Amino acid sequence: MRVLEVKNVSIRYITGDFKDIGLKEYLLRRIRHDYHVTEFWADQDISFTLEQGEMLGIIGSNGAGKSTLLKAVSGIMVPTKGWIHREGSIAALLELASGFDGDLTVKENTYLRGAMLGYTRKFMDDTYDQIIDFAELREFEDRPFKQLSSGMRSRLAFSVACLVNPDILILDEVLSVGDGAFRKKSEAKMREIIRGGATTILVSHSLPQVREMCSKVLWLHKGRQIEYGENVQEICDRYQQFLDGKLKL
Amino acid sequence: MRIIENIQRHQFLFEELVKRDFKKKYKRTVLGMAWSVLSPLLTLLVMRLVFTQFFGRGTPHYTTYLFCGNLVFAFFNESTVQGMSSLMGNAGIFTKVNVPKYLFLLSKNVQCLINFGLTLCVFVLFCILDGITFTWRWVFLLYPICLLVCFNIGLGLILSALFVFFRDIQYLWGIFTQLLMYMSAIFYTIDSYSPLVQHVFLLNPVYLFIRYFRKIVIEATIPTVWFHLLMAFDVLLVVGLGCRMYKKYNHRFLYYV
Repeated sequence: MRVLEVKNVSIRYITGDFKDIGLKEYLLRRIRHDYHVTEFWADQDISFTLEQGEMLGIIGSNGAGKSTLLKAVSGIMVPTKGWIHREGSIAALLELASGFDGDLTVKENTYLRGAMLGYTRKFMDDTYDQIIDFAELREFEDRPFKQLSSGMRSRLAFSVACLVNPDILILDEVLSVGDGAFRKKSEAKMREIIRGGATTILVSHSLPQVREMCSKVLWLHKGRQIEYGENVQEICDRYQQFLDGKLKL
Repeated sequence: MRIIENIQRHQFLFEELVKRDFKKKYKRTVLGMAWSVLSPLLTLLVMRLVFTQFFGRGTPHYTTYLFCGNLVFAFFNESTVQGMSSLMGNAGIFTKVNVPKYLFLLSKNVQCLINFGLTLCVFVLFCILDGITFTWRWVFLLYPICLLVCFNIGLGLILSALFVFFRDIQYLWGIFTQLLMYMSAIFYTIDSYSPLVQHVFLLNPVYLFIRYFRKIVIEATIPTVWFHLLMAFDVLLVVGLGCRMYKKYNHRFLYYV
């Protein structure tokens, strides 16, 4: 069953328009005749499909348009061109540690995050202990969130998020969370979810991880789709060559 | 209808947002929630001290008269100012999670409404002290309260959307509300103006709300049907405009936050 279809998706950012630069700058540029709006295509003409249970790895250097693409897939952004069709529920774990409120306690933040991810209160009541134990933050639960270290923050974020039971799961760099011990634990948890039949999109800078886990690979570079296919190893090889500077695009 | 469905679906999130806004509001204050009651009382006290000399003499129940104005205006002011920043303040959330964006505004408004409720209790207490007779007509106060809530939400929609694109709006709105306060006859009566000017006051929606309160509480009369319709018209206009802006810019907000 096809759960996700992304067809010719392009996403454009506009910078330097009137609202962006303010009145003074706008008038000055008008007088100097160099007022123009800059278009920036974060993604151009990207297409892929995912069947149920497949796992897609998205690779590419920084600024390749990975996160923007995921925002479009998860419905936060609307593509400027092209369309996206999804079946079933979708859970996106994007930039995990943001969106927490520093003034609230760890416990309050856990509930808030759970609510954002679409859980019910009952579910949170039932699983709160499990979450806090998994994050190993029991002794911090009544402390203000801003007192946590960044590693602890990501750990909590991951622990709340990994309870989702979605049809489509989007993981943006989440498997590199926390210290070594926690990373192992989180990877095991992720595998468990994936084995549960979820269709997954994984963004990772760790090629071994992609080689090992993914059944499809999408390589993006500066917003363009360089390669896409099921020949995971070959694409990863070429990407590695590109990273080593042996292959020019 | 979609909105109600959406709120039901996100009820848990909505509750958590309200809780969060409430907790944050009184964080690190010694008196906490008591400020909801104290701050309008102190404003009232200041106005009472300052204006009794000038306007208080000829106005019956001047304290109640003042309080009506303050009650409505403080709610309006707090609601719209808080509402304006609701979208920007939660940018960290809606750029990462797909949630209806008006939830943030509604949660702020719920918080302001609770505040208003508390002040309203104090208001009733003051009315008793001021020797106001309570009639069945007080039930009619539900009308301006409901409309005022909608009006605040409508303005909140407009302001929060504008705030994303033009941060200048916060300064403009600050000045504008100040002007509005002076034009809403909070501490003076409009009787001494010519009938024409008195009609001009009716163009100010906030004045309409205040006037409604005073009619019921002090004069114990129900305003005319036209008065009701005029208020409803203002509210519908603002809410309609706000909804349209949110619908139109829903997916564009995140480029500017």
